[in-house]
Order: sequence, then C-alpha cells, then structure tokens
Amino acid sequence: MSRILKDPRLLLLIAIVAAVITGLGADQMNLYYRGVIIDIGIAIILAVSLNLINGHTGQFSLGHAGFMSVGAYVAAMITLAAQKSMGAEVLAWMFLPALLVGGLVAALAGLLVGIPSLRLRGDYLAIVTLGFGEIIRVIFQNVEAAGGASGLSGIPRMTGLTWTFILAAIAVYVVGCLVNSTYGRGFIAVHDDEVAASSMGLNPTRYKVTAFVIGAFFAGIAGGLFAHHKTTINPQVFDFMKSFEVVVMVILGGMGRTGGVILAAIILTLAPEFLRAVAEYRMIIYALLIIFLMIARPQGLFHFGRKRKPLTH
Amino acid sequence: MLLHSESRVPRIRNNLILIIMKPESLLLVTFASLFGILSLTGCKSGDGNTIKVGEFASLTGKEKTFGMSSHEGTELAFEEINKAGGVLGKQIELLTEDNQSKAGEPANIVNKLISRDGVVAILGEVASSRSLEAAPIAQEAKIPMISPASTNPKVTEVGDYIFRVCFIDPFQGTVMANFAINTLKVKKVAILTDAKSDYSKGLAKYFKEQFTKNSGVISSELDYNGSDKDFKAQLTTIKGAAPDAVFIPGYYTDVALIAIQAQEIGLSIPLFGGDGWESENLLQVAGKAIEGHYFSTHCSPEDTSSKMTSFVAAYKAKYNKTPDAMAALGYDSAYVLAEAIKRAGTTEGPKLRDAIAATKDFEGVTGKFSLNEKRDAVKSAAILQIKDGKFKFLETIAP
Repeated sequence: MSRILKDPRLLLLIAIVAAVITGLGADQMNLYYRGVIIDIGIAIILAVSLNLINGHTGQFSLGHAGFMSVGAYVAAMITLAAQKSMGAEVLAWMFLPALLVGGLVAALAGLLVGIPSLRLRGDYLAIVTLGFGEIIRVIFQNVEAAGGASGLSGIPRMTGLTWTFILAAIAVYVVGCLVNSTYGRGFIAVHDDEVAASSMGLNPTRYKVTAFVIGAFFAGIAGGLFAHHKTTINPQVFDFMKSFEVVVMVILGGMGRTGGVILAAIILTLAPEFLRAVAEYRMIIYALLIIFLMIARPQGLFHFGRKRKPLTH
Repeated sequence: MLLHSESRVPRIRNNLILIIMKPESLLLVTFASLFGILSLTGCKSGDGNTIKVGEFASLTGKEKTFGMSSHEGTELAFEEINKAGGVLGKQIELLTEDNQSKAGEPANIVNKLISRDGVVAILGEVASSRSLEAAPIAQEAKIPMISPASTNPKVTEVGDYIFRVCFIDPFQGTVMANFAINTLKVKKVAILTDAKSDYSKGLAKYFKEQFTKNSGVISSELDYNGSDKDFKAQLTTIKGAAPDAVFIPGYYTDVALIAIQAQEIGLSIPLFGGDGWESENLLQVAGKAIEGHYFSTHCSPEDTSSKMTSFVAAYKAKYNKTPDAMAALGYDSAYVLAEAIKRAGTTEGPKLRDAIAATKDFEGVTGKFSLNEKRDAVKSAAILQIKDGKFKFLETIAP
C-alpha cells in the first residue's frame, strides 16, 4: 500500500479514474453541490500553481488573478467563436483545446512579466506582480472585443466534474513531481538562499521564470474552467481580491506544502458557503483566522511530519 | 495560596496554548465550527404548505444601498400578499441570499435556491452583471426569473424565462435627450461618462444619438474611472467648451464629488443624469452643490397615485424611511410574480413563465406597464430635481 502511495504516476492514474467515475454520476447530483465541488477543483488548481511560485520558489506574487483572467478570456473567446460558426458536436471537442490555448497564452503572459520583473526580489516583486494584475484587468475593461466592463456572457457551460478534477490532478502531479525532481531541487534552493544557489552554479532567474511560466499556465487553465463554469466573466471578477484569496490559501496551507495547500483550498472554498447565514461577518472571520494563524502557526496550518524528504536517488 | 495560584496560572496557560496550537486540534475546531454552522443553517426548510420564492440581492458590499432597498420592497410586498391570504391558498416564503456585490457568488446562490431549496421563481438583482450571471442558470432549470432593476438590454436576451419590471438603458438615454431638448431647452451639451461602467456608456451612447438627431450639439465627450476622486481636469475642459448643460450618467458616489468640484471651479450650468444618481448619499455628500440639478428615474415617492401613496405609507411604517425607486421596483417585481402565479393557477415553470409573459397593463407602484415580446417593461420615466436637499418630482416622460 505504502509503495503504491509513493508512486506519483499511479496516484495520478487513480485520481483520473476517480474523476471519471464521479463524473458519470454527476448528472444526478444536486446542481448546487456540483457547482461548489467544481469551485473547489478550480481553487485547488489555482492554489497548487501559485504554491509553485510563492511556496516552493519563495517569490511573492500577487498577480495570479491576472494570469487566470488571461486564460479565462482567451478560452471563452475561442468557444464563443466556435459556438457561432460550428455545430454543438464540434463545440464539445473545442473545450479542451480552448483551455490549453488559454493556458498557453497565460504562460506567455507569465514569461513576459517574468523576464523583466523576476530580477527583483521580495517586496519589489510583489508590487510589480500586483501592478501587472491590475494592468491586465484594465486592458480587458477597455477592449471592446472582450466585452468592456460588462465582460463576456453566454459562454457555453462546459466545465464538468470530470475535466475539472482530471486537470486538478494533473496540476498537482506536475507541480509535485517537478519540485521533487533533481532539477526541481533548484526551486527550493532559490527559495532557501538565492546567493548560495547562484554560487553553486544555479541560475536563479531561470528557475524563477520557469516557476512563473508553469504557475501562469495552470492559472490560465483554471481561468478557462472558471469561465465555462460560471458562463459570465467580467474584469471585476479578477481583481486584487481574487489574487489575495489564492495567496491566503497558500499561506494557510503552509508555503510549499502541496497537501496542506489542497486542504486549504477546499476549506476556504467551503467556508463561505457554510458561512452564508452570517455573511456580514464572513470577511471578519476570514481575517481573524489569518491573523490568528500567523501568530500561532507561522509555518502553516497543515504541518505534517518532516519538512522535506531527502532525495531517494 | 496566593503563591500557588500564581505559579499555576502560567503553566495552565502554556499547556492550553500548546494544545490549541496543535494542528490536529486546530483542524478539528475549524471543521467542528463549520459543520456546526452548517447544521444550524441547514434546517430551515419549510413545510409543503408554502410557495418558495428565491431572491438574490447585494445586501452587503459596494451596491449595498440599492440591494437593500429592492430587498425591502420585495419583503414588504410578500408580507402584504401573505396577510391578504397568500396565493393559491398558500403562503409565500421568501428565501433571500446575499451575494456581497461580488461576481461569482450569484451562480452558486441561484443554484442553491433552485436545486436545494426548490424555489418556483427567482427575483433578483439590481446590478446587470450579476443578473447576467444568474440568468443562464434559471433559464436552464426553466425557473422564471424577474429582475427588479437590471437595465442592461443583454439581461433578458439570455432566454425566454428572464423578465424585468424596469425600463432599459437605451430608453433612459433617449428620455434624457428629450428632456434636455424640450424642458431644459439646451442646444450644446457636454457628456462626462464613467469608462468603467457599461451602464454609463450605454446611457451616453443613446443620449448622444437622440440629442444629435434633434439638432443638438455635443460640445465635448470626456470620461473618468468610477471611484476617481479628482475630476477637475475634465471639468475645466468642459468649462472651456462652454456648453449649456452637462450630462453625467454615473453613480451617486462619483456624481456627488463631480458636483462639488464643478461648483468649486465655477461651472454653474445644469447637470443631469440617470437613475444611478438616486441615493440619499448623494444629498448628504454633495449638499448645496447638487441643488437644482436633474436626473431620470423609475418613479417618485411624491407621485399622488393611490398605489404610490399606500406603498409609501406602508414602507414608512415598516422601515421608518422614505422608499426610493429600487424599493418600488422590488415591490412591483414581487406583485408581478404573485399575480402571475394566481393567473397560472400553478407554480410549474413553463406555465408560470407564460403567465408572467402575459402581464399586461399591470398597475404597479412605478406606473402602469406591460411586458413586451422582449420581456422588458414598457413604462414611463420620471424626472426628479434636487430642491432644498430633497428629490422633487418634476415631470413624467412617456415611452
């Protein structure tokens, strides 16, 4: 059993099979619960991908909603165009390519922002990424093709449980394997001490840009899923608060701890649904939770066992 | 004894902190409190003797004042209907959910209302962007949805289950152009738009169309970004072009600051705008600066029709304040629904939809109106002027 659990490829396979099986029964499922579970899947992709940047590589990015919006808009524009020109059968096949293109364009945006700005560190990088997120939002707000301030609506509802969780499983697998690979130790080296890492012959900027591009790619995928889940998107959805929510998930889960970050994504998506009755106090509870956590457990809520396993090969 | 207790307190405290800080206990506490709240909120299901109607509104957040007003109007209407015996021999149960003025929330809420609570119809949202998010869900589930005050044309275009009891942006823009020509008798107007808001841009567009068609001249077109604080650059440019009046189709928070700054730079010509102006907040913030200016809206509490006077009295008795247009629209949306349920004789989605679509010459608080084939209300607009720190009714402009 423990050997099965140690093989990430088997775990990925199990996760995908589980996603397909639950997807089969999704039609009978209560729409509300299904919607919230899809929200959780999207949150997991966002949190895990930001965890690569903020957690493993130790760069403080506040622009995740910006990458998400790029993926959301690109994917939505593709399926909207396909809906107009092609039939429903073709449209179903367009979903995954649209998501991938959205992810790739987001990754390109990650590269464009990453190359100049990742030479900065800490607070400066946070400010640059924050500014970047706002720039993307304002661009979408003023581009008529993207619907301006009211955004895009009437996007086909194509995000299902199956695809959301297959993609979430892939995101977790890719980030997990990358960080635990020989190459990936470089991310952690950059996180721990940039000067030491570069004196050992690692190129910190290259590692940071790689983390940014991969993180942005999955954020774009999550954006595409979000657009086809909610069926309307507008620039206000992807504001600073959205980035902040993901950052909180990463901090709450414990920077660089994939399992913890997934749990935090689940809890922080479910919490507001449970807290509907006390909606006015939701943000207060949220803020208190974070303050308490930072004082009591600066290493993150879900701190299981040793910090990092030694490399086995 | 004293010594003993003194030495024990810190030890107990330290142990407590250790226990609290253990991850397992933190997790446990989080989950326990979450499920506690869930079980508290989960058991408010009604019996079979009520008709459930769902409402989603922005009760907190940016558009709180609008959302609260429309919610109060709706609540009041159902209270009256229930007092008069309900519909089809049953009481109406209103389930209200707050969406915090946040995108992404309405989808979850409407899903919850329809599939978990089993509502027969949805009432909701003032803001068009959030109605647009909820509408496809209602349409797919074949549950009729009536928006009290979403004026963007796209909302009802989502499908044949989506209705509204207010007029749409093009109409309001046209009305203000007619008002500028016929009542203000101005020839040269400057337009100041909120570039962030489609509502503002829509109004400006249709105003310009109608105004220039009637040989009016637009002296300058400028924009700002909603929640800007300084408008002096734009206002100085406007002043330089010497127009007869300025059309500002924005929201009250910005309009208040614009009015103050216009006064400061000595721009003393009429300002006029749309229903985004209507808030007590405008009067409080702008004070004297907003005196004498005009805006169009859905109705006026000074209207002397019997419907309006009884509504104002009932609203004042319940909430101890004068209702605004959003409250009146929320009230009307509830009555349109209740009447349709009566006429349909059932709460089945398709039949209820047909009954709502057949609404004709409905005597509402906001005037007499019918729903057209696009499921929009055809009704007149009211022009109000700010006088002595109050909204004064000026005239009605028919469609």
